[in-house]
Amino acid sequence: MITAGIDMGSRTVKVVFLEELKVDGAPQLKWGVKGKHIMFPDELDADEAADKAFDDALKEAGITRDQVKNVVATGAGRKQVKFATSDVTEVGAGARGAVFMCPTAKTVVDVGAEEGRGVKANAEGKVVDFAGNEKCAAGAGAFAESMSRALQLSLKEFGEASLRSDKTIPMNAQCTVFAESEVVSLIHSSTPKEDIAKAVLDAVASRVCAMVRRVGIEEDVILIGGMVHNPGFIQSLKGALGVDKVLLPDMPEYISALGAALIAAENNA
Amino acid sequence: MIANYGYKDGSGEFYISIDTDKCTSCPVEHACLTGCPKGMFEMITDDYDDEVIAVKQAFRRSLAFDCSDCKPAGGYTSLPCTTACTPGAIKHSW
Repeated sequence: MITAGIDMGSRTVKVVFLEELKVDGAPQLKWGVKGKHIMFPDELDADEAADKAFDDALKEAGITRDQVKNVVATGAGRKQVKFATSDVTEVGAGARGAVFMCPTAKTVVDVGAEEGRGVKANAEGKVVDFAGNEKCAAGAGAFAESMSRALQLSLKEFGEASLRSDKTIPMNAQCTVFAESEVVSLIHSSTPKEDIAKAVLDAVASRVCAMVRRVGIEEDVILIGGMVHNPGFIQSLKGALGVDKVLLPDMPEYISALGAALIAAENNA
Repeated sequence: MIANYGYKDGSGEFYISIDTDKCTSCPVEHACLTGCPKGMFEMITDDYDDEVIAVKQAFRRSLAFDCSDCKPAGGYTSLPCTTACTPGAIKHSW
């Protein structure tokens, strides 16, 4: 049986297919990924982008739509996935996927393009407590992306540059717009790029950390979402949370889609 | 599950926390729905198929302003939502 999870994020669409395999006669879920990660092309609207991502993923996996028994959508645009059988919130899907990947995880930190959130999950991957940033993009990946543009660095260079800095420059602005003007001031005062990069990532980490503190920090902490690819952010987050270890799953941007696929498999059982 | 709806900004931390485990077996038939003068609450089906209360999307980014009328400065001695919710599922962080 094959089920699918589709995560309609604010910047990208992620698709994961999950196949139930029999090991010694007993059914076991295996993440036989076939994930597809596409940026929202300008010429497509949300439901067209979902269709395109799903079709591309089917092609990559070598399966047809008829073979997929159940599709669960998640993410900010989950209601726009017309072919989904049901939908779950990104909070529930993220927790389910994160605990599946790292069963010891109790606190899930999910930082995507437009939103960050802190989730406390139980051993089954069910949400116990959650808080999200509904107010401002300053605690999310898009903010780091726009600041890297302001510094004329690629996202990869931006994350690596911050690791070369040992200075702490506080950024006081709570809003992306004001924070950007703080960055411009730092550039004009000839502050090295690596120090500015660290200040920006420290600021994002501190906002994310404020949400995680609402639900309580209980180890193990796992970080999911696109910001896992930014080593500078991981370093800043460890400092802000006061933990030595943050679990980093493979293919972190697919974890919510994986959670949705797992929920699809359970619904279909 | 404890669901925290709200935000933190330069002026403070504004969250309404709803303990949905208390919500599912509400003995006062979700009196908070009518108890809030601004109608900020709605009934939703959560990811675990439980019918629970949530703060409406439109209010989640402006709780500091929307709830201010029901705070002591607005003449209230207790919040109408927490008073209506006798199981104690609703809490304000500020």
